[in-house]
Amino acid sequence: MLLDALLLQIGYNATLVTLGSAALGLAAGATGTFLFLRKRSLVADAVSHATLPGLALAFMLMVALGGDGRNLAGLMAGSALSAWIGLLSVSWLTRRTRLAEDAAIGAVLSVFFGFGIVLLTVVQTLSAGRQAGLESFLLGSTAGMLFSDAILIAAGGLLVLASALALRRPLLMVAFDPGFAETQGIDIHRMDLAIMTLVMAITVVGLKVVGLILIVALLIIPAATARFWSNRADRVVLLAGLFGGLSGYIGAAISATAPGLPTGPIIVLTGFAVFTASLLLAPGRGVLSAALRHRSHQRQVHLRQGLLALAQDQPVYEALTRRLLRRNGLQRADGVPTSEGHSRAAAALRDETRWQALRSSAHLSELSARDDGLTLILDVLTPDQIAELDRRIATAPGTA
Amino acid sequence: MGDEFVILSLAPLLIGICAAVACALPGNFLLLRRQALIGDAISHVVLPGIVVAFLVTGRIAAWPMMLGAACAALVAVLLIETIRRLGRVDAGTAMGVIFTSMFAAGVLLLEQSDTSSVHLDVEHALYGNLESLIWLDATGWSSLLDPRALAGLPPELPRMALTLLAVSVAIRIFWRPLKLATFDEGFARTLGIPVQVLSLGLVVTAAIAAVAAFDAVGSIIVIAMFICPPAAARMMTNRLSAQICWSVAFATLSAILGYVLAGYGPLWLGGTDAVSAAGMIATVSGLILAGVAVIGPHRTA
Amino acid sequence: MTLALPRTAPDQSPLAIRGLTVSYGEQPVVFSIDMTVQDGAMTAIIGPNGAGKSTLLKAALNIVKPLSGRITVYGQPLAQQAHRIAYVPQRASVDWDFPTEVLDVVLMGLYRDLGLLGRVRAHHIRQARDCLARVGMEDFADRQIGQLSGGQQQRVFLARALAQKADLYLLDEPFAGVDAATESAIIDVLKSLRAEGKTVVAVHHDLSTVRAYFDNVFLINRRKMGEGPIAAAFTPETVQATYGGRLADGQISQLTMGA
Ligand SMILES: Nc1ncnc2c1ncn2[C@@H]1O[C@H](COP(=O)(O)OP(=O)(O)O)[C@@H](O)[C@H]1O
Ligand SMILES: [Mg+2]
Repeated sequence: MLLDALLLQIGYNATLVTLGSAALGLAAGATGTFLFLRKRSLVADAVSHATLPGLALAFMLMVALGGDGRNLAGLMAGSALSAWIGLLSVSWLTRRTRLAEDAAIGAVLSVFFGFGIVLLTVVQTLSAGRQAGLESFLLGSTAGMLFSDAILIAAGGLLVLASALALRRPLLMVAFDPGFAETQGIDIHRMDLAIMTLVMAITVVGLKVVGLILIVALLIIPAATARFWSNRADRVVLLAGLFGGLSGYIGAAISATAPGLPTGPIIVLTGFAVFTASLLLAPGRGVLSAALRHRSHQRQVHLRQGLLALAQDQPVYEALTRRLLRRNGLQRADGVPTSEGHSRAAAALRDETRWQALRSSAHLSELSARDDGLTLILDVLTPDQIAELDRRIATAPGTA
Repeated sequence: MGDEFVILSLAPLLIGICAAVACALPGNFLLLRRQALIGDAISHVVLPGIVVAFLVTGRIAAWPMMLGAACAALVAVLLIETIRRLGRVDAGTAMGVIFTSMFAAGVLLLEQSDTSSVHLDVEHALYGNLESLIWLDATGWSSLLDPRALAGLPPELPRMALTLLAVSVAIRIFWRPLKLATFDEGFARTLGIPVQVLSLGLVVTAAIAAVAAFDAVGSIIVIAMFICPPAAARMMTNRLSAQICWSVAFATLSAILGYVLAGYGPLWLGGTDAVSAAGMIATVSGLILAGVAVIGPHRTA
Repeated sequence: MTLALPRTAPDQSPLAIRGLTVSYGEQPVVFSIDMTVQDGAMTAIIGPNGAGKSTLLKAALNIVKPLSGRITVYGQPLAQQAHRIAYVPQRASVDWDFPTEVLDVVLMGLYRDLGLLGRVRAHHIRQARDCLARVGMEDFADRQIGQLSGGQQQRVFLARALAQKADLYLLDEPFAGVDAATESAIIDVLKSLRAEGKTVVAVHHDLSTVRAYFDNVFLINRRKMGEGPIAAAFTPETVQATYGGRLADGQISQLTMGA
């Protein structure tokens, strides 16, 4: 069943939803990356909650003009307008008052949403009897998605994606180093506004599928996931698009396999599963590999300090150091160094003495910046240079 | 202000005020700690909390659900902190990842479990139903002295009042270290103040306020009251104690004005039905904030 | 100069560090440091930028977690003696926009006396005002903390440290970015602390004033490069080794010889 769904074999509507979600996920993932890299992820939350009053007002307006009220394009226009006002409010509060951006985001989010709920109750009483169905925009609903809706969503998503990719250079520069970007003649405020406009567009496009509460997940989670896999901004954008598209595709397919699996939440949870796996397992920034690296580094430090203590006949204070020395066959249980321990301790001390000598050497002292306690001088200097250091040490005893 | 007011409006009004103030109090510290959006996160994760509590106990009861929601808030905060540290993800992103995922899980659980027989749905979670908390046993102002009628008060009222009391006492007791750790965390640490425990305690307090308020009035008010009254209060004064007082005043004002406008506003405009009181309270708090942002004496640094 | 002080044994030292290594990521920024602070003296921690001076202090206070090493304060573990230490960071981790006034900030130094619910009494206020007066900031008691200049803020945090009535004062670059008047106000306070028998350890970046201000030096550049009384440890050779060719020879001998 799931395989059928993934292969788009379970019906017209499911196929429509799956492809639409994939396009949306792709566009949202890539666009959200700029927001993420700018460390302003939650502005998206304010934007998405701020769509609600516009949604309700657009509905009322369309009904008042004798229309159906549920025209998706009309609702999108209304929600875009109020999201835009919400965005301007966040920006105004942050720039003109002492409030930090997070407070501005929270204020706009809750107030616009509250006002939207007020309007929703008005809509409910106005359309007494007729189902307005605006509630479905809270959590999204893909049941009965029309072909034209799917086209609108996919086309809108791809349009946003194209704009984001076109603007990627200045956007990334602003995200990486606003100060430098400014010296290059980039208007940071304009670029921020551009990011936000794209985010707003994605939000509006995605409302129907995932709803306004969860759309922010599509913008943030893929970017945060992608960041674990690459340190290069342009790759992060690509990967985020990939992860977003995959989450949309797989999530929608899963959701199509059984009732009671709402599309929006399943897409989000799919994305979260990928995020968690990356958090734990990604090489480099992943938790597991970082923990392993930290442990091996800690052991290296303890071993080195232990050897130096052995070489200088100093007591070894720490239990971990003693354990490591013993386990590596460098020290016996009674604390006496083994013969291998003796020779490695002597080597460590020799290395240490050479580093000391290097600092007072006229032309090599620049290299002392590479002395971090663990780097061997053999890896830094040529044999000739080491021989020269050894001559210095021999002629000036007492430096050690 | 007649008997009808006592029956229909007194209890919701008091509940609204208690909820607003209980959220605004910890909100002041969350605001100053740049954690304003924790309130947002908490109010989203309340949903999975109550759904799980419902699935475990099999019924709709206030205390287990509040417990479930408080646990969910705690889990959310711990998860946010964990991925922030371990994954080196910024705080906003960490929050966004966790609360959306937990909210999605809550919606999924709700859809998967058979809750058709009980009143448990997402919309209720969002707007609450303040208007329905009427005092049926009352006959008029004299009922305030009548033990029998008092026993018939909506249970949300004593619960909310108790929560407000607990939150106020907690903040009073930990006022000094809270203030210190909020102002200068590094210094607080060198004084031996358990900064992380304190920070977690603040979030748990906020969560308790949020959960109790959520039960009575839905989550919109919760987010709005965590942020809008404290933010407006910050722009009124440069002293923390004064800020707290202002925030309480603004929260109370929002609750009263919002409730009244929601109930009577449409009638004044010629409509027939009231609009969402929760939504209106949030809206009023936003208007207050907007007003203060324009004329507040300390609106800029 | 109080050069004649007897050397303090490690188990009585206000701060004794053994084998301390701290890494950020997989890069040790402080490697295998031993340090024995002398009781009742003023010690300067000296080293180039990025040498790990701040990190050393933070690790000594357990603000950053070391990879290895032992730290004792007056011969006992830090946790038991933490109340005897006052620390003034390089740039306070403070929310400058916080709604609080200068006097309030100094009162925070009395937290251990006041506890959770203790009332702030007149003598507490008096103490706080005295501390402000010692750093010459008594006229600013009612200002919001964010409205002060950098040097004034630095003095307020020194006043807060004074209010703690500690025995060991750890200061991270107390003279960085302050004007000459503030610098001399701060050094006077530090010298008066020494006169009271307190111990002062300060990260210091101005080689030309080391002799005038301090009794002892601790030279660091990721590793310990020297430690001891100025006369013995603050020599052209040790400074040259610490700064690793970043200073011209003439400059060094001029600075360290003293005029
Ligand atoms: N939180 C941190 N994360 C990573 N590296 C750090 C951190 N703090 C300091 N460093 C690095 O550690 C080294 C020592 O820093 P620090 O102790 O501040 O030096 P100093 O105070 O002597 O100038 C520097 O190279 C600095 O870049
Ligand atoms: Mg420093």
